[in-house]
Amino acid sequence: MKTLSKFAGLFVSIFLTSCYADENYSLSEVSPGIFYHQGIHEDPTEANIGAIANVGFIIGERCVAVIDSGGSYLEGTYLRRAIKKQTDLPICYVINSHVHPDHLFGNAAFKVDSPQFIGHEKLPAAIAARQDYFAKTFKVLLGQAYTGTEFISPTLTVSIDKPITIDLGNRLLTLTAYSTSHTDNDLTVLDNTTKTLWTGDLLFMSRIPALDGSINGWLITMQKLQSMDLNFVIPGHGKAGSKEWQQGLLAQIKYFTVLRNEVREIINNMGTIEEATQTVGLQESSKWELFEQYHRRNITASFVELEWE
Amino acid sequence: MSSRIFNLFIISLALMSFGLTTYAATPKEPLWPTLKVAYFGDKVIREDASDLLVIEAPKRAEDAAIVPITVKSLVPQSAEKYIKNIHIVVDNNPEPYSANFHLSPELGLIDISTRMRVDQYTFVRAIAEMNDGSLHMVSRFVKASGGCSAPAGKDAAAALARLGKMQIRMRTPTVGEPVQAQVIISHPNYNGLQFDQASRRYITAHYVKNINISYNDKPLMSVDTGISVSEDPSIRFTFTPTEKGTLKAEATDSENQAFSEHKDI
Ligand SMILES: [Zn+2]
Repeated sequence: MKTLSKFAGLFVSIFLTSCYADENYSLSEVSPGIFYHQGIHEDPTEANIGAIANVGFIIGERCVAVIDSGGSYLEGTYLRRAIKKQTDLPICYVINSHVHPDHLFGNAAFKVDSPQFIGHEKLPAAIAARQDYFAKTFKVLLGQAYTGTEFISPTLTVSIDKPITIDLGNRLLTLTAYSTSHTDNDLTVLDNTTKTLWTGDLLFMSRIPALDGSINGWLITMQKLQSMDLNFVIPGHGKAGSKEWQQGLLAQIKYFTVLRNEVREIINNMGTIEEATQTVGLQESSKWELFEQYHRRNITASFVELEWE
Repeated sequence: MSSRIFNLFIISLALMSFGLTTYAATPKEPLWPTLKVAYFGDKVIREDASDLLVIEAPKRAEDAAIVPITVKSLVPQSAEKYIKNIHIVVDNNPEPYSANFHLSPELGLIDISTRMRVDQYTFVRAIAEMNDGSLHMVSRFVKASGGCSAPAGKDAAAALARLGKMQIRMRTPTVGEPVQAQVIISHPNYNGLQFDQASRRYITAHYVKNINISYNDKPLMSVDTGISVSEDPSIRFTFTPTEKGTLKAEATDSENQAFSEHKDI
């Protein structure tokens, strides 16, 4: 019996290794001292260990800040080991861009570092409201990769429109909290030295954006991002780069503008959510990955918001 | 009637611990046999009553917090034979007994929609109770959303800020012709499962528990609603105004706050 369970354990580790191994957990250095792992455009599964979002870190002269910790405890441990390969400096901050599992399920992997966990002022409430649901859903979706996952709330929060600055040692990061956009708890991180912005899920590239906040609010926030002077952008999903982000932002603005216009028209004609999900925004389908999985949901969320205009 | 839904709520609470422990993406043991006894005792329910009723629901809950459910009757209401109540049961929700529509015999063909929270893979059932007491059921299977949407609301602050606002929405009606109308009440519909980090306590359930809709003071329908109904509860229905008059909607929540709205035709 003992050998059998050992064998089962081995099988699991081979299975995970073949899909997603610690040693080939890829990292790119986008600007000096700024690294990210690009998530794949899939729904979270045991095979992809929930590593579907962009996560990474910034190294200062004194310490390291993690920006989004991964989509499972397992991804958190991979990210942590990847950091340790780059530097011996301590991890002093773990910043969560928002409440979604792919951005904070790795938090527990950094508990050993006793960092400050930082998030939006509404992140604690958002975690509290969702954690039971996330726990029971993601335990099933992520299987083994979920083991060890904990819901860790920020120990330091950022208020809306009151950015804070943290210092990693000769490297200042500006953290900005937004009013309801992608969610009601979105936070961006700007590295002042290189003018690199981590947008969290305020920007999706290639992967269809998912609305879990306010369509009107997000469109306003996107306009703010458009006018920023940046050298480099790391979106929540999709490829980081110095120029592509402008195109990406335009595509996302276009998508939600089409959605808003068409949903408003249906609401004004006394149409239903069901009608809207069948007709709205289909011309956008070829432009986005995972369109089938998230588009109708975006319509539903927009509909119940725009109904109150 | 609210004492009835209260009793059902208590039964649901008793079932909750059972429901929660069996929570997985797809529960192994179907809950329906237990629920049937809890809600309908030993009464016979005719299953697959597709000659009488149609239930529409999306195959997949796109957004776990907002799943549109529509129930239509295929036989018009009449004084002799009519659907008195339509019970909605969402098997695998924390409180499966979700709503009871008490219907007037004057409604003609029934065509009503509402929006539910759907936590996970589940059967959604509509059970019509005729004026002779007989029970007839139709059901649909709904897959969970799988994504990062949660049954919790998206913007608690916005929902609270407009609590109690109501809308009656309809196309310009013509006397004597069926018209579709929608009643929406802005309400967070807290289900009592949300945890408040600041006070380290569960937020008390605070939800709309009854919606009465009348035309010229004659009741069209009265709906008992529970915590499975989405934030900002919505009831859409079809009726035929037989003369000029006023469509009125009144809602009461679990803290006995009352809200109302009307529209002249
Ligand atoms: Zn997100």
